[in-house]
Parts: sequence; structure tokens; C-alpha cells
Amino acid sequence: MSGNTPALAIPAPPRQKLKIGGIVAISIWIVIAVAFVIYFVGAFDITLIERFGWSYLSGLWVTVSLVALSFVFGAIVSLPVALGRMATNPIASGAAFAFVYFFRGTPLIAQIFLVYYGFGEFHRFFETIGLWWFFREAWYCGLFSLALNTAAYQAEILRGAIESVPKGQWEGGRSLGLSRTVIFFKVVLPQALIVALRPYANEIILMIKASAIVAIITVYDLFGETRQAYSRTYDFQTYVWAALLYLAIVEALRHATNWAERRLTVHLKR
Amino acid sequence: MNESLTLLGFGPTGWGDDLARGVVVTVTLSLATLPIGLCLGFLLSLAKQSEDALLKLSADIFTTIFRGLPELLTLFLVYFGINAALKSLSDATGLPDLALSSFVSGMVALGVVFSAFASEVFLSAFRAIPHGQREGGMALGLGRAKVMLLVILPQLIKIALPGLANLWMNLLKDTALVSVIGLADILRQAGIAARVSREPFLFFGTAIVLYLVLTMLSSIAIGGIDRWTKRGEMAK
Repeated sequence: MSGNTPALAIPAPPRQKLKIGGIVAISIWIVIAVAFVIYFVGAFDITLIERFGWSYLSGLWVTVSLVALSFVFGAIVSLPVALGRMATNPIASGAAFAFVYFFRGTPLIAQIFLVYYGFGEFHRFFETIGLWWFFREAWYCGLFSLALNTAAYQAEILRGAIESVPKGQWEGGRSLGLSRTVIFFKVVLPQALIVALRPYANEIILMIKASAIVAIITVYDLFGETRQAYSRTYDFQTYVWAALLYLAIVEALRHATNWAERRLTVHLKR
Repeated sequence: MNESLTLLGFGPTGWGDDLARGVVVTVTLSLATLPIGLCLGFLLSLAKQSEDALLKLSADIFTTIFRGLPELLTLFLVYFGINAALKSLSDATGLPDLALSSFVSGMVALGVVFSAFASEVFLSAFRAIPHGQREGGMALGLGRAKVMLLVILPQLIKIALPGLANLWMNLLKDTALVSVIGLADILRQAGIAARVSREPFLFFGTAIVLYLVLTMLSSIAIGGIDRWTKRGEMAK
């Protein structure tokens, strides 16, 4: 750039203009919000909260504990699956690929039905190996399907994250004389987990949403309690309460993830 | 083994024709929802880039709500909520009773969820296209609509395709949820067959295999579209 270029006129900063589209769009939301408030004030019934408040809380607890447990079990199962996906052995990588493809390629609700209704056909067999108490309970069946389902997704997250760590990190560890296990756990995994943080948080959110399906096989989670409250009262606000609770959990998780990611990547910012 | 084959066969003794009808319903619902979700998602992504703060806010509210709610709950809210609203409307006006079928409810609910996610995919694809592309188009004297149609959109589709392919798979799987409000799709037909024949493992297993076949066919089709969008890059 030479000095004698005529100074360009600095464009005026864009003024916030109100346009008709935005006004119409936000008006629609305002109308919906006002309609909801009017509906709620009209339909609000303190006896409903007295009747169902506690069952909603216990449902919330069932949802949270189910998701937490299946996430942890899924994480444990996902480790060998992810290693299998990265293995050079064709049998290991083929089996891991089939596992992942099966659970990601079919609807969770069909998997849950297969476990809850389908496994009942083999109850003699499960009785002989002493596992019938497990597959008899809807809650355990939900846990089983959710854990295996999330294991398939988590395996892919883990694999992607481990493969995102540059090869030089392995080589650097080797040149320091560290063993493969030490390199994996002390050098590669910590870096991979930073990459995996956001996908893992997304997976938890997806699981909270997906766990509503267990209500169909008679587990009284948040959605199950909601369905029961609705079937007793035919009052639509029962569903609105559940919606608000689910939205609150998901939004809280999303903001917590953003905060955690900012904290954990401080050293990467320039 | 033979018994299972009879049960899965076509004709009066088997459930094959019912399951086949379920497959048609599942595929129809997914294909009917896709254009709604794509168009709405595209419009939402435009709104999110607009200078109009209110429009942007409205689109963000939409995404936050429908990305955060469980799909099953959205489905129930649409099915029971809109039907209750329609009923009170027809009661108030004396018009004949209107009701939303489970198919249309599924289309609305899944389309809305799809669009909330698709808007984010489109938005990040828009951001991946350099400004110079639009400016170049303008410099050639193309109008705003022409720039969008001839310059931006072809590149946008290529960048957004993997994300949209994921959403399509989710849509295909989420149609199974509509069976809960009574749609006669694969899962519901399998459930009926399982109850009547008392062979739940066979029929739910078959349903899962059918879904697997559908997702495999989808990945083949998506691979074809992917090659088509990249045909300009494979010249060598």
C-alpha cells in the first residue's frame, strides 16, 4: 500500500435498523408467550402441583440417574470398541465397526423394544445363567440399551479425538523412553479429551433427550411421570412443565460446557 | 426356522406384507418431512445472519427450544397440543371437527426438530464460504438472488452435505418414535405382529434389520450425491 492512495471514506457503522421481518417474527413469539401466560394463569392449579410435584421430582431423579449410570457404563464399554476401531487386526476392527454400525444405524426405541420384549422370549435361558432379575426389570433394560447405544457413539468420539492428536506426540514420548501405556494415558489421552469435551457434552444432552423413550416401556422417568399426570388429568400444562424442566437441564449443561471449554483451553489461546 | 419363515412370509399366514407396508410408511414420512425441514432450516439460517437483531433473536429462540426438547416430547406437544387447540377452535366456531393425524403430527414435529439442527449446519456452511465469492458475483453484475442461486448455493450444498446426511439418518430413526402415537410404521407393525404371534424377538429383530437396510441404502445414496457435488474437483 503506497502512502498516496486517497483515503477511503470510512463507511458509516451499520445502524440497527428495525425491519418488518424481525418485528413480525418477534411479535409471533410475543403472542405465543402472552398466550401461554394467559393460559397458565387461567389453568394454573395449585392442587396439581401438590398432587404431582413430588412425582415430577422423582421422575427427574430417575432420568438423571439413568443417564449418568448409562453414560459411565457406556464410557467403559467404548474404550475397547474405540481401540478395536483403530486396530490393524481385521477381526477386531470388523467387530468394532459392526457394533458401532448396528447401534448407530437403528432407532434406540427399536433397540429398547428388542431388549425389553424380545429378551423375554429367552427367560428360561436367562434364568439358568442367573440374569433374569436383570432383564425382567424395565429400568435395567433401559439402562442396558442406553449404555450400549451410547458406547457406540462414545467410541467414535474417542477414536476421532485420539486420532486428532498428532503422531509427533507418540514419537516424542518414545524418544523420552516412555512405554506405550504411559504415553497413551499421560500424553495422548489428556490432549484427546480436550478435543472430545464438546462432543461428550453433546452426547450427554442427546442421552437426556433420548432417555424419554424409556417411559414407553413403563419406566417412570420425567417423561413417564408426565404421561401419567396427563392421563389422570387431561391437562395439557403437565406436558408444558416437563418441557420447561428438560429445557432447563439442557441449557444448563450447554452453558456449563461452554464455561468448561473456556477454562480448559486457556493455554491454547493466543 | 421354518416357522419363522412362515411368520415373516407374505400372504394371510405371514406378516411380511404388513411389515412391507410399515417400510413404505416410514420412508414416506421421512421423505415428506425432509423438504419441510430443509426449507425451514435454510430460512432460519438466513435469519440468524441477518442484521435485523429481532429476526436473529426469533430464530435463536426457535433453535434453543426445539434443539433442547426431547423429540418424543415435541411429538406429544404437537399431537396433543395442536389437537386440543383445534378442538377448542371448532367448539368455539361451530366448524366441523378438525384433527391432526399422527402422520401429519409426525411431519410437523420431526420437521421442526430437523430444521432447528439444519439451521446450524447451514449457518456454519455459510461461514465457510469466503466473502470474495459474493463480492465476485456482485462485480460480475449478478443480482442478489442470482449470486445466491449460482454462486453461494452450489458451494453451500457441498459443504453442508455431511452434516445434513447425519440429520437425515437421525430423521429416519426418529420416525420410529411416531409409532408411539399410532402411526403404522415398521416398529408398530412389528409390535402388533410380536403381540399376536408371541415372537417378539423375531419381529423386533426384523424391524431392526429393516432399519439397518434403510440406513445402508441412505449411505449409498448420500455417497452418490457427495460425488455429484464434487464432480468439479475430480477432473484429474
